[in-house]
Parts: sequence; C-alpha cells; structure tokens
Amino acid sequence: MRYKLIASISKSLLLARLKQTMVAAIGVTFGITMFITLLSFMSGLNDMLDGLILNRTAHVRLYNEIKASEKQPIDLSEKFKGHYNFVSSVKPKDDKAEIRNSGAILRSLAADDRVVGVAPKIIAQVFYNVGSIDLTGIINGIDVDEESRLFFFKNYVVGGNYLDLKNTPNSIILGKGAAEKMMANIGDVIQITTSKGDQIQLKVVGYFQSGIQEVDKVQSYATISTTQKILGQPTSYITDLQVKLKNVLDAPAVAKEFQKKFNVDAIDIQTANSQFETGSSVRTTISYSVGITLLIVAGFGIYNILNMMIYEKMDSIAILKATGFSGRDVNNIFITIALSIGIFGGVLGLILGNALCHVIEQIPFNTASLPTVTHYPINYNPKFYIIGAIFSIITTYLAGYFPSRKASKIDPVIIIRGK
Amino acid sequence: MSNKILIANNICKSFHDPITVQVLNNINFSVDKGEFISVIGKSGCGKSTLLYILSTMDTDYEGELFIDGVLMRGKKEKELASVRNAKIGFVFQFHYLLNEFSVLHNVMLPGLKMAKYSEKEVEHRAYEKLKVLGIENEARKMPNQLSGGQKQRVAIARALINDPLIIMGDEPTGNLDKKNSEIVFNIFKELAEVYHQTLLIVTHDNEFAARTNRIIEMEDGKIIKM
Repeated sequence: MRYKLIASISKSLLLARLKQTMVAAIGVTFGITMFITLLSFMSGLNDMLDGLILNRTAHVRLYNEIKASEKQPIDLSEKFKGHYNFVSSVKPKDDKAEIRNSGAILRSLAADDRVVGVAPKIIAQVFYNVGSIDLTGIINGIDVDEESRLFFFKNYVVGGNYLDLKNTPNSIILGKGAAEKMMANIGDVIQITTSKGDQIQLKVVGYFQSGIQEVDKVQSYATISTTQKILGQPTSYITDLQVKLKNVLDAPAVAKEFQKKFNVDAIDIQTANSQFETGSSVRTTISYSVGITLLIVAGFGIYNILNMMIYEKMDSIAILKATGFSGRDVNNIFITIALSIGIFGGVLGLILGNALCHVIEQIPFNTASLPTVTHYPINYNPKFYIIGAIFSIITTYLAGYFPSRKASKIDPVIIIRGK
Repeated sequence: MSNKILIANNICKSFHDPITVQVLNNINFSVDKGEFISVIGKSGCGKSTLLYILSTMDTDYEGELFIDGVLMRGKKEKELASVRNAKIGFVFQFHYLLNEFSVLHNVMLPGLKMAKYSEKEVEHRAYEKLKVLGIENEARKMPNQLSGGQKQRVAIARALINDPLIIMGDEPTGNLDKKNSEIVFNIFKELAEVYHQTLLIVTHDNEFAARTNRIIEMEDGKIIKM
C-alpha cells in the first residue's frame, strides 16, 4: 500500500515531465548500448586475435631440447666434489631430438583427466626443390585427426581436403606462400631434399594458410609416418607432444609436473606467448574503461535532471511533507524516479546494444591473413549484459541518491514562508 | 485536560542570523475541542512563526508543545510527519495543490499516506469532503483548471480528509477576493458549528477575526489579548 502510493506519486511526477524523463532515459540507453556493443565487438576481435595464435598452440608442449648436459663428468667425480669446476667449450651430446619412450608418455597422458587430448608431432627441416633453387622449409608431421580436433587444423586448410593428407600416401599440404613460390597446384608432385641429402617426391593435396605470412612461406604439413620416412626414422620417433588441457590456466603447473615426471622439456602456453596475454588484457581494460565512462556520463545526466526536478517541485515536496509525508517517503519517491529511468533506459540499452551487435556481425570483414573470418566477430557473452544491467542500476541509484537526499531534507516551513 | 487539543507552554523562539532577534516570547495558551480561534496581529508580530511551531513543522524553539496530550519535543522527523498526517489539517495562503494530480487525487494523498482506510474508502471519503465544500463536480479536473476560490476549497478538503483534531490556517483568505473569502469563511463557520471542527486560523483580516469564537491578539512576539 505504502509502496504503491510512492510508486504512483513517482509515476505522476515522471509523466508530468515526460520529455525530460525521456532525455535522461536516452542518456542511460545510449551508455548501455555503447557499453554492450563496444565490449561485445572488442572482445570478439580480441578472441579472434588470440585465437590466431593460441588456438593452434599447445597448452603444454613436451619436447627434447638439444643442449649441453648440465652435469659434466667432472661433477660426478668424488675427487673434485668440493671444487668449482670450469669446463670451456662444452658441446651438446649427439642426442636425437626424439622424446624417449613416447608411447608410454602418450598412454599416461591419455589417462590423465586434466588433459583433453594429445597431438604428437615431428618437425623436419627440408628444402623444397624448385628447378635448380632450393627453398628452406619445415615439414610438420602431424596426426591429422587429433590435430584437427584439438588445434582446428582443418579450418586453416584453404584448398583441397585435409583428409586427403591421411588417405593419400606420401602427400603434403603446402603452406600457401610456399605453394605460390613453387607454383604448385593441388595434384602436382613436388620434390624435397631432406637434411641428410635424400630426395623424396610428395603429392600436393591442399594448401594451408595460418594468417601469418612468414609461417605460410615455410611451413607444410604431412602425416607422421610420411615425416618419419623423410627423416629415415623408425615409427616410434616423435619430437613433440602437444597437450591440450581442460583448463588453460593450469598449464604452468602442469608443465612443471610433466617435465619432472617424463624427464623431458615442457613449456606452457603462458610462457611461450606472454605477449598475447598482455595485449588482450590491455585491450579488455581499455574497452571496459570506455564503457564505464559512458555509463558515468549518463549518470551525471540523470543527476542533473533530478536536481532540476527537485528545484521545480520544491513546493510539491513541501506540501507533501506538511501533509504528513516523511523525509524518507520523499527520498523514496525520488529514488524510485531515478531507478525507473535507470531500469527503463537500461533494458532498452541492452536490447539496442544486442541489435547493434547483430548489425556489426553482418558487416563483411575479409582479410588475406584470416581465411576463416568473413564478418566482424562479436562475442555475445552474457557477462557483459549482466555487468551493463547492474552498472546501469547502480549509477542511476547513485545519481538519484544525492538529489533525493537533498529533497528529503527540505524544510517545509522555509518554502511556505518564502512565498 | 482531556478536551484540550493543543497546549503551548512558554514557547520562545529567536532567529540568530545575522543577529539574535527574539520573535516569540513566552507564549502560553491552549485550544479546547471545537473552538474556532483566530490569531491576529500586525505583520511581523510572529503569528505565522507561532503557527509553524504549533504545526510541528518548525522544531527549533524553546518551551513545550502538547498535541492531544502528547509532548512534541524530542520526536523524530518521521513521527512528527505522522502527527501532521493524522491530527493536523493545513490550509495555506496559497493552495499548494499538486498540478500532476487530479483534484480528487490531491485530496486523497494524505489519506492514502495514513493508510487507515483502503484506497476505495479514501476515494469515497475524499468525494464526500468535496461534496461538503460544494465542489464535487470538479473532482476529475486538474487543479490548474479551477478558479482560485475553488482551489482553496480543494485545499480545505485535503486538510479535512483524515478527520484531523485541528485545522490550522495561515491567512487562508489572504489571496482571495471578497466573494471567495466570504465562501471560505462560511465553510470554516459551518465546519465549526455543524461538525464541531477545531480551527486555528492566522489572519490579518480583523473583520474575519471578529466573527470567530475567540481572538488571540499578538504584538511583538507576545500575546496581548486572548
């Protein structure tokens, strides 16, 4: 009953100044619309840029680094135990880049429930033969199915069918840049020279485009068995294990654990790509601060309008108080007005923001470096809408709080005597 | 004691800005139920100031004020508001109707605030009050469609809605012409005689005062005759 009365008084005061109310509400609407659009668009772009690298990067990569042994023979000697030993010109041992006992590691990883999947990989340095010229290149030997499932390999195959790599023996998917240089079409057979000097012929079944030109000029893909053949290694030969985790944030800890457990080198995605983390968090901060600034500006609009309304309604406030409305009632009336403006403007803003996002999503966005992207990316994260809604209510509440406190303190005598 | 609606004991008030000026000096009087009292005095003698203190709207004074046997000093703003709501009706020189609401709704507002009756009943009562004052036909109009005299009658109806113990008026006819003043006075007279409504009216119109039951005359912050 009491709230109904306050609501009906608020409504009448609001409707009496419909134009003013609309201006205030439009301020909030504009703020929220831009907030939603900006954040959705920015985070869509952010995700796309991050995905460019991070989608194709293992959360934890296990490999064997070629480096000099940390413990030289002299360190093991009892005789020189308490001495500082200086050994100059230490060279790495003639050790293979192979991960030893890779089969057992694979089985152990498959049983680990933090792991989504593991894609084994071999990297082979080769030369692409184009007439009398040799171009340096890298062939990645991959498990086509796992690479596709975990690292979206098929999204980056722009010509041909990625499955042909698995189904055609001695086949290769060339980097787009490399294929252009070699003028190799799908179905052609190219010749490569391995680092040991053997020459091997491979059939081109597709093109690969990562979006990073330098990579596309060099990298190509073949199956693991083809690559093992190129390198002249047995079928157990694996140089890299790419692990994808359920939670990417676990990567640093897991990497350390695997390093110890499997006695291999391990690097986590955060360490390997720290610049992307920084970039994306800076971009997120910028878009949030712009969005929140918009809302605060809208809040000041409401504050001004309520302040004006209170000066205009001074007499009405006084008479309400003289006839028995307490300061608290008057306070509630103006808070109700502010919140109605906030909620109405906010809801409208959320709807318009969503609509604007849909419009932006329709704008074509084609760039040579991003073969999978055809339109501007939008991230429809409900989090933005929740933040927008909460923030619109908080700003309008604060914008209403101070003027309404002033209204509640108005002494009826002063106004009535003033006439 | 029981039929004394309002008692003022040694009420004093001073303004301190810019220099201390005493505007009310030892005001002592009481109002019995059913009295029709007018307070007269020259401009600046403190009669309006006294009225604001008596109406609980001004709390900055010395002395004691009892309304319906209850001491007003030390009450919270909210409690004073509900005293005004339930026990006091106001009529000012200016009508102070809310232009956003219809005439009927204006009369209903204090009743809705008191929430003693349902909205339907309050509406019915408001209509009855308007009928007593002869303006029931204007109930659905907005205040700015009424004449000055009609507006003042609506303000009186609003003062009556909660059946207050006392109606206080601050020059209620001050803004009206002869004819409308006469109408308003007759309404007060009728309320006092027919409905035994207690009335305390501040006025500078001696002719008006002469026709009331009791006259309190003030000069320089003191009651000189009552």
